[in-house]
Amino acid sequence: MDTAKLEFLRGTLDVLILKILVWGPLHGYAITNLLRRQSDDALLLEEGTLYPALWRLENKGLLDAEWGLSENNRKAKFYRLTPEGRRQLRHEVRTWEAYAAAVAKVLGATHPPLPEEMG
Amino acid sequence: MTPIPLWRRYSRLFGPDPAADVKDELSFHLQAKIDDLVIQGWAPEAARQEAERQFGDLRAVQQIGVRIGEKMERRKRLKDYWSDSVQDVRYTFRTLGRDPSFAAISILILALAIGTNIAVFSVVNTLLLRPLPFPDSSRLVWIAPPPTGCGLSCATYSADAYEEFREQSRVYQDVTGYMAFTTPDNLRLTGRGEPEPATSIEVISNFFQVLGVQPVMGRLFTAEESRSGSHSIALLANAYWRRQFASDPAIVGKAIELNGAPVTIVGVLTDSFDFGAVFSPGAKVDLFTPLDLNLERDWGNIVTIVGRLKPGVTGAQALDDANRIAPNIYFNVKYPQTLGRYKGDLIPRPLKDYVTGKLRRSLIALWCAVGTILLIAGVNLSNLLLARAIARAKEFAVRGALGASRGRIVRQLLMESLVLSSAGAVLGLGLALMLIAWLAHQGSVALPLLSTLRIDGQALGWTVLVAVFTAMIFGLLPGLRIASGNLQEMLKDSGPGAGLGRKHERVRAALVIFEVALACVLLVSAGLLLRSFVKVLDVDLGFQPDRAASIKVDYDDSAPSEEASQAKRGEIFQQIIARVSALPGVQAAGMSDYLPLGPNREWDSPVPKGKIFSPGELPAPLVYVITPGFIRALGIRMHGRDFTWADGTHGERVVLINASAARVYWPGEDAVGKILMRGQEEDRVVGVVDDVHEETVEGGTGSQIYYPVMQQGPASAQLVVRTSLPPATLAASVLRALRELNPKQPSAEFRPIQTIVDRAVSPRRFFMLLVAAFAGLGLLLAALGIYGVISYSVTQQGQAIGIRMALGASVGQVQRQVLTSTLRLALAGMVLGTLGALAVARLISSLLFATSSWDLPTYLGMALALLLVAAISGYIPARRASGVNPMEVLRSN
Repeated sequence: MDTAKLEFLRGTLDVLILKILVWGPLHGYAITNLLRRQSDDALLLEEGTLYPALWRLENKGLLDAEWGLSENNRKAKFYRLTPEGRRQLRHEVRTWEAYAAAVAKVLGATHPPLPEEMG
Repeated sequence: MTPIPLWRRYSRLFGPDPAADVKDELSFHLQAKIDDLVIQGWAPEAARQEAERQFGDLRAVQQIGVRIGEKMERRKRLKDYWSDSVQDVRYTFRTLGRDPSFAAISILILALAIGTNIAVFSVVNTLLLRPLPFPDSSRLVWIAPPPTGCGLSCATYSADAYEEFREQSRVYQDVTGYMAFTTPDNLRLTGRGEPEPATSIEVISNFFQVLGVQPVMGRLFTAEESRSGSHSIALLANAYWRRQFASDPAIVGKAIELNGAPVTIVGVLTDSFDFGAVFSPGAKVDLFTPLDLNLERDWGNIVTIVGRLKPGVTGAQALDDANRIAPNIYFNVKYPQTLGRYKGDLIPRPLKDYVTGKLRRSLIALWCAVGTILLIAGVNLSNLLLARAIARAKEFAVRGALGASRGRIVRQLLMESLVLSSAGAVLGLGLALMLIAWLAHQGSVALPLLSTLRIDGQALGWTVLVAVFTAMIFGLLPGLRIASGNLQEMLKDSGPGAGLGRKHERVRAALVIFEVALACVLLVSAGLLLRSFVKVLDVDLGFQPDRAASIKVDYDDSAPSEEASQAKRGEIFQQIIARVSALPGVQAAGMSDYLPLGPNREWDSPVPKGKIFSPGELPAPLVYVITPGFIRALGIRMHGRDFTWADGTHGERVVLINASAARVYWPGEDAVGKILMRGQEEDRVVGVVDDVHEETVEGGTGSQIYYPVMQQGPASAQLVVRTSLPPATLAASVLRALRELNPKQPSAEFRPIQTIVDRAVSPRRFFMLLVAAFAGLGLLLAALGIYGVISYSVTQQGQAIGIRMALGASVGQVQRQVLTSTLRLALAGMVLGTLGALAVARLISSLLFATSSWDLPTYLGMALALLLVAAISGYIPARRASGVNPMEVLRSN
């Protein structure tokens, strides 16, 4: 696996999971499917990598887990956002947007910056 | 998400299983994937392979899952336990708050028991367990001859012996010592207004280096400074520096005036060093000066020896080394025949052992006493909790029915006792702090290291230990009894006749009997110690301490020759005594250089004229150089005549001897008029005085000899005044009279002789008072225990009593019945306690003085006290019982 891509994933997977769970509790498989569909297969390389991320988030208290029945009546573990997780998501989104805006500004520049005035 | 129906929740019946959870979760994922692939048209087997390929490393993920799961499970369990405990504590506060008088009494009992335990632990820790306050103090040894009857002179060494010992021994890093013959207030601090008395001690120049004592300012003495000819210097004790010189930061290098001569201060010692606390309990030493051994060579035994062993040297090796060199040591190198005088007399023992060894037994006894108090308090509390537990049986039954496990209920009960004992410990710590502060300032108690007493980390650790231990002993029994009981049984109305209640009552009665027995043991021990103390006070000291007081007198008898000096001294003393005797209220006055129960010395062994004794057969009597009138002033009985001022330098040489000496010299004859030979000098015995207790109140007495100041040189002068008024009222006029004759006279303390005696018996008084206080506490707790049980059983039997009274029982009959059951408990406890006391009394017999461990009055007194207390604590509930209104009782049920 491309290591650069993996590193990228670790940083963003958590926030993607939090985002996906905003619409309600889901089990791991559903999360994989949604991730795949919404990112057009771009983000998730191996489905297995999702689970450690889920457990970490659960351990941190950002997610709550509960056993329930899936659509076709199988016992599955459902994850839901805790208030703490919701707060964390808002924070991450803001950080991400600020970061993206800054990167976009630099990349989208059309002329070199003006020399800074010496004070 | 749909919740799992009830019937499918069986899988985690036996507790959480993180590994299985992970497996379930992952297999659900794979299964769902396979289903989807099959729908898309994959063959089932190919679908499985594809699902696993897309998943990645299944086993690695599984491992991570198990690890995280276990971590979470652990944390959850801890959180549950904590929240349960918080709940228990909250519940405990609620239950205790509902019964504040129970809580208050329990906490008070615990505070008393735990507080005394902490205080005594601190004393024991300071005196016995903790090392002496010197670095590597385990290597410090005290070298002294085995104890004999001839006082300090036989417990010390000559200057030559010290030097030879230091040179020849091989096991010491260094050896030092100090001048043993120092009296309190031996100096006058002059040049600063009125002369003030000060106490100095001469130490060999390496003294502080050997002990490891550092100066806070300036320096210690150097080896050259104990040679003759060097100018006068001194080190200040920290307390003296603070008190007398207001902590003057520039004191080093300044000169002060002692006895009118300038002395330069070279340093101030650290606060942690208290010479008196270690070497002469209760005494304070203000300054230290270097001892010039050359000046002391011909003065006989004068120094004590303290050594610091090389690392790794054992006590046995030190003793071997001392025995090896003892034959090569001279008493005085000028006299070859004194070689080997110290054979068998050089015995090293740990300094710690010398300082506190004598107290070991007393301290252990004290420790046991407070341990017993703790046990009594624990039993008492156990009893109270048991009574409450029975009253709360229904509450526990309901909790049990609602799902609380037995473990949980026992935990709840233990939590209650822990909360109680913690509160008791906190209060007890406060109590101990007060006790310790008070004890540390008992300067008049001649116990070593007392001033260094404090509550330290170890004492705090002990507090926690005691609190938890107490909670265990008094919480576990009620807890276990509740847990072993049948909860269903309790849920039914457990009326007064119920079997469980009666069983509990038996347990409670047994506890009370045990408690009374313990109190009994304490009372007997305290009683025996009290009897011993009274016996000690009754000892005929050979002098009358009441209505006599002493003051140290300053005088100047310097004269060109010894004879002129003697004559001058005689005149000065005669003048002083005449002047003081003329004061109103003074019955007699006289002087001596040493007072009883203090320091002392011996010179040589006089021989009765015309008799032949084998060497070593005659004792070396303790020597006192006195003025006429001293014998009468101190109240010593005598026959023959006292010295008179006519017994001058040129008159016949006269002495007084004590009865013990007379018995040795002239057995069966009257010694008055006989001659004692000291070398060629003939001394006529003009009188025989009673034996005076010279060293201890409790020990025996040896030979004593008295010389007149006009014929021998006194070491100092202690004026003793016998008065018809309380001594304190004369202090000012005596001092004024002394000042008129000698303006240099310092304002020394006018000390009642009784305080000297009090000081000598102070350790015994100290231990006796403490043990007596603990016994009183034990008795009180036992009384509370009896009261609790009787009072409870009266409440329980209220109905029965009511019925009996309705059937015609009289008030007296009811009272008698309650009292009888009380006394039955007390008697059972006393029988058990007497047996215990007999055993314990044997153990403490070495602490007793002239009192048998079978002392009947003590046992009778104990029995009387216990019966009285039991009767009182039974009478109160008995009265209540007889006040029961039969109609009300019958109606209420």
